[in-house]
Amino acid sequence: MKALRFGRHAAIAVIAAGALALTACGSDNATGTTPAGNQTSAGPKVTGTLTGIGSSAQGAAMDAWKTSFSAANQGASVQYSPDGSGAGRKAILDGSAQFAGSDAYLTDAELTSSKDKCGADGAINIPVYISPIAVAFNLPGVTELKLDAATVAKIFRGAIAKWNDPAISALNPGVTLPDTKVTPVNRSDDSGTTSNFTDYLAAAAPEVWTDKAAGIWPATLQGENAKGTSGVVKTVTDTPGAVTYADDSAVSGKLGVAQIKVGDSFTKISADAAAKAVDAGKPVDGRPANDLSIKLDRKTTASGAYPVVLVSYHVVCTTYATQETVDLVKAFENYVVSDAGQKAAADSAKSAPLSPALAEKAVKAIATIKVKS
Amino acid sequence: MTATSLRSPQGAGRTGDKIFSGAALAAGCLILAVLFGVALFLVVQAIPALTAPADKIQGGAGFFPYIWPIVVGTLIAAVIALVIATPIAIGVALFISHFAPRQLAAGLGYVVDLLAAIPSVVYGAWGAAFLAKEISPAYNWLAGNLGWLPILQGPASATGKTILTAGIVLSVMVLPIITSLSREIFLQAPKLHEEAALALGATRWEMIKMAVLPFARPGIISAVMLGLGRALGETMAVALVLSSGALTASLIQSGNQTIAAEIALNFPEASGLKVSTLIAAGLVLFVITLCVNMIARWIITRHKEFSGAN
Repeated sequence: MKALRFGRHAAIAVIAAGALALTACGSDNATGTTPAGNQTSAGPKVTGTLTGIGSSAQGAAMDAWKTSFSAANQGASVQYSPDGSGAGRKAILDGSAQFAGSDAYLTDAELTSSKDKCGADGAINIPVYISPIAVAFNLPGVTELKLDAATVAKIFRGAIAKWNDPAISALNPGVTLPDTKVTPVNRSDDSGTTSNFTDYLAAAAPEVWTDKAAGIWPATLQGENAKGTSGVVKTVTDTPGAVTYADDSAVSGKLGVAQIKVGDSFTKISADAAAKAVDAGKPVDGRPANDLSIKLDRKTTASGAYPVVLVSYHVVCTTYATQETVDLVKAFENYVVSDAGQKAAADSAKSAPLSPALAEKAVKAIATIKVKS
Repeated sequence: MTATSLRSPQGAGRTGDKIFSGAALAAGCLILAVLFGVALFLVVQAIPALTAPADKIQGGAGFFPYIWPIVVGTLIAAVIALVIATPIAIGVALFISHFAPRQLAAGLGYVVDLLAAIPSVVYGAWGAAFLAKEISPAYNWLAGNLGWLPILQGPASATGKTILTAGIVLSVMVLPIITSLSREIFLQAPKLHEEAALALGATRWEMIKMAVLPFARPGIISAVMLGLGRALGETMAVALVLSSGALTASLIQSGNQTIAAEIALNFPEASGLKVSTLIAAGLVLFVITLCVNMIARWIITRHKEFSGAN
């Protein structure tokens, strides 16, 4: 009896939800002509479910993309499982996912093996998510700090004991640095932020940073660590003298953010500066024309560029088995690289939007995706 | 009871009996199958890591150099937790069973059980956000005054996120397990022995020492073992609290790592051989906890004659 009553309630709820969905659909169509929505409403009507696996760094942005994409396209949805970049790349290579989110572009070997499932042209990498990494410190009374790559590397290797060390004060004339112990804090979990940060140090200060770039912090180094971006930021906020690297968006107002020496001047962290550093990067050699893998130039001297930046990609096939999937992938990726999509990511994950030039290239690359012949 | 046995020769009762015994058997087998399945999965998935060339494993020195520091770290954290929790738990349990007025005892027992209901991630957040910060001046004092002890060697961690802090958080987490089991055992201590001790002029403490504790010892040991099992496997709290690193003797510097936290921190982004390595680490933890539980069982059965069952 109880079950029956519940069933009736459920049925009413379903009908009500259906009615709501219908009205929602109607209003979507009405607003679909606004400029912001043109990327998703211009193409054919898309339906179905798109499955992606990959980077957890994209997690917050992906949630925003998923939500607005399925809101704008009735009957279409995206499932994303943040299992890690490696798992994502593996999944697209063995065909178990239709796209992958990855903090690193496919290696040459992976590109070759992608031809099995993705057709003769293999898979392509599309940059979708740019996030500047801040060097954040907690020094009461010090708000401005200028550092160069070698000094940052020394700090994080534990080679500088006190904040008033000559190496730091030489870069900061006129700033009174306290006699506080330097406590570097790194990520205890495997992360794309660590991998990009160590990549920067290994490229820009190779004489100090002798470890290879990796997602796991070198185990031989002494230092404090904490889990996740929120963990390191919290630890540094609680500990005077502590310094960490974290997504700029997550750094709380209490912490100072260092300016990084690029060329002869110091660059403040900003979305624009990060986008500029990405633009200064070069296409990776030996890739198909539509592959947008970027070899970041960590040693760039371009003024105003901020080279400590994380670029995360969507890896998609150039051909899919059915037209439905092709339409779905195109619609979703077009939305992601559109102004609206980048703004959604910037709002939810505080990423830096793609530059117009890069977004245009991405749209062109996405347009080449077609049905397997 | 008698009604059932009287009716059992009839047809309906016998069918019910068969269904029930079948269901019970299936449930028992299912548990074994699940345990076996987990063990099989761990072994199969771990084989690539165990057979891989040494330089392919994280750290570049092979699986055993990778695993032993975190095994030791796991044991250090668990031992700290037990050293702190056991005396407190026994004290609380004795207070509840022998000292507190009945009304208070019931309430206090309930509160202690409530500690077990707090999710471990909450303990972890508390340890990382509050305890570590508050305890770090104490570590500085320890390093300054008792720094000659290798385990308290300075310089103390500036963040307070050390294996000792993790151990303290773990001790709070295992406290309710040890307390409630010990309390049950203390309550089962033979009343006649207690009264006899008191009649012979023993003080209350002497009575507990002579009549309650000897009776309860195997029970306490198995309670501690169960607490140890929890402390060994605890993941989230350690992952959040501990600033992990290489194996370090000093408990007040950052460093050390536990198996469960190592898996939790690295699994989300792991792929290929790294996954196998972490699963192999899980296998090691599985074996350790299995041993702990078997030792606990063995101690209980060895002292069966004293248990409350008879």
